[in-house]
Amino acid sequence: MKKLINTADSVVEDALNGMVAAHPSLRLRDRVVYRAEGPRRGKVGVVSGGGSGHEPLHAGFVGHGMLDAACPGEIFTSPVPDQIMEATQAVDGGAGVLHIIKNYTGDVLNFEMAAELVEDVEVASVLVDDDVAVQDSLYTAGRRGTGATLFVEKIAGALAEEGAPLAEVAAVAREVDERSRSFGIALTSCTTPAAGKPLFDLPETDVELGIGIHGEPGRARVPMRPARELAALAAEAVHGDLPLRDDVLVMVNGMGGTPLMELYVVFAEVAAFVRGKGARVTRSLVGNYVTSLDMQGFSLSVCRLDDRLTRLWDAPVETPALRWGR
Amino acid sequence: MDTALCLAWFEEAARLVHRDRDRLTALDAAIGDGDHGANLDRGLTEVGKALAESPPGSPAETLLTVGTTLIRRVGGASGPLYGSLFRQMGRTLGSPATLAAFASAFDEGVVAVERLGKAALGDKTMIDALVPASRALSLAVRDGVGVLQAVEQAARAAQEGAEATIPMQARKGRASYLGERSIGHMDPGASSSALFMEALAAVVRRAGAGAA
Repeated sequence: MKKLINTADSVVEDALNGMVAAHPSLRLRDRVVYRAEGPRRGKVGVVSGGGSGHEPLHAGFVGHGMLDAACPGEIFTSPVPDQIMEATQAVDGGAGVLHIIKNYTGDVLNFEMAAELVEDVEVASVLVDDDVAVQDSLYTAGRRGTGATLFVEKIAGALAEEGAPLAEVAAVAREVDERSRSFGIALTSCTTPAAGKPLFDLPETDVELGIGIHGEPGRARVPMRPARELAALAAEAVHGDLPLRDDVLVMVNGMGGTPLMELYVVFAEVAAFVRGKGARVTRSLVGNYVTSLDMQGFSLSVCRLDDRLTRLWDAPVETPALRWGR
Repeated sequence: MDTALCLAWFEEAARLVHRDRDRLTALDAAIGDGDHGANLDRGLTEVGKALAESPPGSPAETLLTVGTTLIRRVGGASGPLYGSLFRQMGRTLGSPATLAAFASAFDEGVVAVERLGKAALGDKTMIDALVPASRALSLAVRDGVGVLQAVEQAARAAQEGAEATIPMQARKGRASYLGERSIGHMDPGASSSALFMEALAAVVRRAGAGAA
């Protein structure tokens, strides 16, 4: 498998160096990506992080109206407590810091350990667990955090930018998570630089339903079919868990290796599905935002909006990967 | 157990994990995200560096350094979980580090892993290898068997525990997302736990059955 890398061991570091070189609004220090301007007095700091390989998540969302810092781990591996501690202390403007954590055992453990070790900073945390492909139960690790992480980071980041206190920022983050659901479908597996070959075998004739964002296999494998039917499968899975009604934010997210043209094909089908259920797509996003290296496929994420969430979604944002209104 | 034996344990564990890196990664690729072998290999390399930089003066200090390094350097779930195992052992291991003291500290370490990972026997995790190993050590202490026999029984129990995860459906960790499709694969964490116990048995065997 050909990859544009120097070595498999240096790929995360090399990519981060390129990212800050391309975006003067960012700073990189000890494996943490910060806003160049530093913390603002009285503003809640918003920190996220997770394994690399999901670019632009999370570092691509550092900037005005979204994250204050992102802690990238190795590929598909959570960051370590030292990074998270450093980031938390560095972005605190005296109003506390919100940790936005995708619900994976490793991410949860490392963020928990960091929160315990941080001194003199009030820390709140929110778990993102939007993936309906995983059955939720008290006895399991629960649902995964996937596409809705972007919604949580955008909306919590907007409220923090307005100067809201930590408890309110954390509450809106939880509200967005509760109102959001996702479902992913893969046409191919993905190839980590270290492994050099696809993480699982998926024949030309089949697709995986209910995939996560780490190349882990999905819940079921079915024969390939037209985009209309795949979009309906994803939309039905989401709608079956959280009925679509009123105003809906819809993201059709590419997994990294899918042409934008195909994502628009899927979006048209999803939009028709939503209308068919009597709901309205009032906000939308189509593109590669929460990816799984070079995987082909898409994930559908929806969030049921109200006026306040719509206003916060529309609020100005200026990050490498998401920018409007400023 | 003296400091030299404890250091040898982690050297041997690093060697075995490096040797089995691809096998662990393949196990993880089947039901997880395919990074367990690489992460643990990287973590134990860091452990080797840390132990060389500031040589510990006791088995307890060795275990504390190992645990702290794994927590700070590995990431993922295995870093904090293995880190807590060894750090808790280091906190509780009395002096002299007799077999009984070691077995008791190991049990405390396993309890710390259970608490942190919120996992229990049968969830298809490293607990399924660690708990049988801990029980084997406790039984060996009760029965008054020799050190070599005790750690060999623990290594065997861990390996059997790892193999017993094959038919299980995962309830914790990333394999739990697969539901029934996690059945039929050995848990990579249970398998690496068995390697740690195999490493312990190997260094005790090498040191001679009399060393404790």
